[in-house]
Amino acid sequence: MRLRINSDICQGHGRCYDLAPDLFGDDDEGYGQVLGDGVVPPDREHEARLAVSNCPERAIALVEES
Amino acid sequence: MTVDDRFSTDYRQARADQPLGTRSEIVTGPVTDWATDFSHLEPEWAADPYLIQDDLRQRCPIAHTDRFGGGWLPTRYEDVAAIAYDTERFSSRAIVMSNFRPPPELAPIGGSPPISSDPPFHHDARKLLLPAFTKSAVSKHEPATRAFCHSLVDSFAGRDVVDAAHDYAQHIPMRVIANMLGFPAEDGPQFREFVENTLEGINLPPEERIARMSKLIDYLLAQVHDHLDRPREDLTTYLINAELYGRKLEPFHVVGSLVLLLIAGIDTTWSAIGASLWHLARTPEDRRRLVADPALLPTAMEEFLRAFAPVTMARLVKNDMHWRGVDMKADDWILLSFPAANRDGAQFEQAAQVIIDREINRHAAFGLGIHRCLGSHLARMELRVALEVWLERIPAFRLDDPAAVTWSTGQIRGPRTLPLRINRLPAEAA
Repeated sequence: MRLRINSDICQGHGRCYDLAPDLFGDDDEGYGQVLGDGVVPPDREHEARLAVSNCPERAIALVEES
Repeated sequence: MTVDDRFSTDYRQARADQPLGTRSEIVTGPVTDWATDFSHLEPEWAADPYLIQDDLRQRCPIAHTDRFGGGWLPTRYEDVAAIAYDTERFSSRAIVMSNFRPPPELAPIGGSPPISSDPPFHHDARKLLLPAFTKSAVSKHEPATRAFCHSLVDSFAGRDVVDAAHDYAQHIPMRVIANMLGFPAEDGPQFREFVENTLEGINLPPEERIARMSKLIDYLLAQVHDHLDRPREDLTTYLINAELYGRKLEPFHVVGSLVLLLIAGIDTTWSAIGASLWHLARTPEDRRRLVADPALLPTAMEEFLRAFAPVTMARLVKNDMHWRGVDMKADDWILLSFPAANRDGAQFEQAAQVIIDREINRHAAFGLGIHRCLGSHLARMELRVALEVWLERIPAFRLDDPAAVTWSTGQIRGPRTLPLRINRLPAEAA
């Protein structure tokens, strides 16, 4: 599984880096950023899903790696 | 280097020849039908807006009023979201629904940028302020906020009943924003007056509103002059020195942004803290669960923000149009109720229930789209610290007299009188 943030939609609510600080960080203006390559370790899938389901702008996608 | 003389004369004189806005008739008194005559300034709304909004969502769902010169109240999440995202057809040049509409020429900057700004100016004005309000920037204020909350609880010593709105919640955001702006901490009572004048004195005669607004601008200009004389590391000095498009900000932009930062952060956070404590005071199972498991607080807090979202915004319709079944006219108000959106059962399961471990919670308490509350990270820090300190120091409490609780009217909703019994509780309340 891999995380993506659509930066055209993200408004910097920060729910992702609040809920999943191992997977997301913020930039100098508070917009969310996927850390590293966005690949979600198996033991972090719950946090990844929490971030997705709490983003008010629906800016985060969790996609299956082929 | 040229001398900074932007503030040597009162900028309001130079702007006196600007176009005037329009005023509408002040209409007050009981509402006949909430679908056709709504008013967020009547006591019935203050007592329980959710009943009204839930009813309208079923049968309307976009209510209208002729008050305030005409306006609309969408109650479904999808309509509130669509308007928040549609800055082409809905302007932010006024964000407090009242009997005065500022002239169209005030757009795209508005009176208190960036909350009152439309694209493309909005983006640039907001960008100036974002770095000061990131999660890591506001975390620097956490230790002082926590110490201040403890000092407030210390002051309760010997009392059985305290007013959690008046003696606790309101002081926390006032102190934090005074520190951030570099204003004297002892000016808190004046801030409260400014907030009430801006957000609650909606139906006062226009001369009175102008006079009260003038007092706020006078105060802020005095603070600007103090910072010009003695620059320091705070947001006021930052705004005075900030540049946009290669030049320093116009005086009305500096002061307008100070209006926003002073007003927007106070009764909003005060309301969120108060409403959370109100819920816990009347819901012992949630209170006990949070006392036993403080790690649940961040999740519970989001649920309090959803269920008791303090902030409703306003917009102005740009042009006549047919929109989702209603005929909107240019300059009609939109009362953009994030609280109503947050209670829409089509968006949230068991929307009327407060579920403190709710896992899926895309609430809109801080708005949606480009105007997402600039201070949301600050508000969350203050709310979390205020509740952590309260629950740690006062794990057992309850409403002393439910009938004595009062709520604000207008666009910011929260308890304004909240008597809580914190000592000598009956055994079953522990």
